[in-house]
Amino acid sequence: MNTEATLGQYYQTDSVIHRLDPRVKLVGTLLYMISLFIFNNIFCYAIAAVFLIVVIILCRVPLTHMLKGLRPILILMLFTVIFNIFFTPGEYLWQFGILHISKEGIKTAILILIRLTLLIISASIMTLTTTPNRLTDGLEKLFAPLKLIKVPVHEMAMMMSIALRFIPILMEETDKILKAQTARGAGFDSKKLTTRIKSLIPVIVPLFISAFRRASDLALAMEARCYHGGEGRTKLYPLKYAARDILSYVFMGIYIISLTAVGIINAKISLVNAIADIVSK
Amino acid sequence: MPIITDHLTYVYGAKSKSKKTALDDVSVKIEDGQFIGLIGHTGSGKTTFLQLLAGLIKPFSGTVYLDGEDIFAKDYDMKTLRGKLGIVFQYPEHQLFEETVFKDVCFGPKNLGLDEKEVQLRAYEALKLTGFEDDNFYRSPFELSGGQKRRAAIAGVLAMKPKILILDEPTAGLDPGGKKEILDLVKSLCKNQGITIILVSHSMEDMAEYADRILVMNDAKIVLDGTPTEVFSHYDELKGYGLNVPQVTLAMLQLRECGIPVRTDAITVEQAKKEILRVLR
Ligand SMILES: Nc1ncnc2c1ncn2[C@@H]1O[C@H](COP(=O)(O)OP(=O)(O)OP(=O)(O)O)[C@@H](O)[C@H]1O
Ligand SMILES: [Mg+2]
Repeated sequence: MNTEATLGQYYQTDSVIHRLDPRVKLVGTLLYMISLFIFNNIFCYAIAAVFLIVVIILCRVPLTHMLKGLRPILILMLFTVIFNIFFTPGEYLWQFGILHISKEGIKTAILILIRLTLLIISASIMTLTTTPNRLTDGLEKLFAPLKLIKVPVHEMAMMMSIALRFIPILMEETDKILKAQTARGAGFDSKKLTTRIKSLIPVIVPLFISAFRRASDLALAMEARCYHGGEGRTKLYPLKYAARDILSYVFMGIYIISLTAVGIINAKISLVNAIADIVSK
Repeated sequence: MPIITDHLTYVYGAKSKSKKTALDDVSVKIEDGQFIGLIGHTGSGKTTFLQLLAGLIKPFSGTVYLDGEDIFAKDYDMKTLRGKLGIVFQYPEHQLFEETVFKDVCFGPKNLGLDEKEVQLRAYEALKLTGFEDDNFYRSPFELSGGQKRRAAIAGVLAMKPKILILDEPTAGLDPGGKKEILDLVKSLCKNQGITIILVSHSMEDMAEYADRILVMNDAKIVLDGTPTEVFSHYDELKGYGLNVPQVTLAMLQLRECGIPVRTDAITVEQAKKEILRVLR
């Protein structure tokens, strides 16, 4: 089985970012992503990049590990960039058939590349520094107000954490079944698509059956220990904001304000430029 | 078809931080027609060893020779291996997938490329051999009891008519009657058809009764190798590996401590009876 670093799998180490309340990280990541979409000019991206670099340094996850996780997305990024370079209309620098490179194309491609990189890294920092359990805890707490309108927040969070817990177990199970069927002479590397799909049946059927069996066992075990949903349930480690969490919110505020300021100034300058253009004409 | 392992080593997660050597420089020769018992405490590397013999995982270093051929060589055809060597995993019933037991047993021989008639003949033979009731041949494997499922799964491997049969704890979770039937079946395959057997078990009594030769694994290495009588004479050593000698041997050791001059090399009840009678006369 492939146990290489996958995108954003929890990386165990001790850092300020790891210790932050999951709610801070969730809200922070969301705000950060929104900010990237609202302020899409090079100056704002520079500020966003600086902010992210500080977080990367603070979270003490090796950069190589983080970049390894990005590898699967590389193709998607490359595709987006190429598409933007060749198909954005504007002032042409080079042309061949329907392909052309324009000044605007290059500009958008660069901006999109920066934005995608920042987005993906920021999202993966959240999952790299937070265990799935704490993440669901954070989500449950953040969405707790929805309980008032009868949304089963606790149950949804529980389902999510169980699902996450089951991923490695099912991977191991898949590995075992694959080996057992290989030993019985099953081939999984046929060139023909139909044979290949058919050859998966001996793996998928036992896998589903084992997943159902495990699910029903778990449900029984939970009931036997008097689990009855979220009502009146308390936490072993309740989430509480510490000083560092408050401080993080303050930093987030400063970041948003400075970004807004730069954004406004930038917009004004381009407005002035545009007016000057028109006037000079 | 002797099996020879040559400095066989296997490491889990070789590239990651959490390296685990599960098999360390193992060189053994397994002769034709022997009944080999493999014992060792949990995590000593037994399953890893068996999977290497079956060519299901690639060694870190060293190799396995079957019939004088290197099974991990680039040009070795794994199909030959699958026809010669069958492996029954721990809880083999988890690999059943077809609509009927009979169809499931046909899966292995079909993969060997035999014609329909031969496939059905072999499946029938194998099911008969494992003592599977005729009435259940066309039932869904998922409606059977645990013991019946186990038989069906073992039949699925036997139907491939291997010359070497590997079984990883085939009796785990069976009642004493079912356990004895399976072990008797395996023994008769070895005796009457000359099939080489490699069987993992945690029961010292079973090993004493059935095996011709016992390999003891501890911490990724083979530490003892010999006939059951030889191996079980190393009482203190086995204790150190978290294993034991059969109950009767233990009883004989205690009789000796009490001053009764019995020899302590009896490993089965029958041998112990003879020895005690000899002393009493
Ligand atoms: N997929 C895996 N990834 C990492 N380590 C593993 C993996 N499978 C087994 N190991 C480790 O390798 C060692 C040997 O495992 P193995 O399964 O061969 O033991 P075993 O002797 O069969 O034990 P048992 O009697 O419990 O079946 C163990 O320490 C185990 O933790
Ligand atoms: Mg094992």
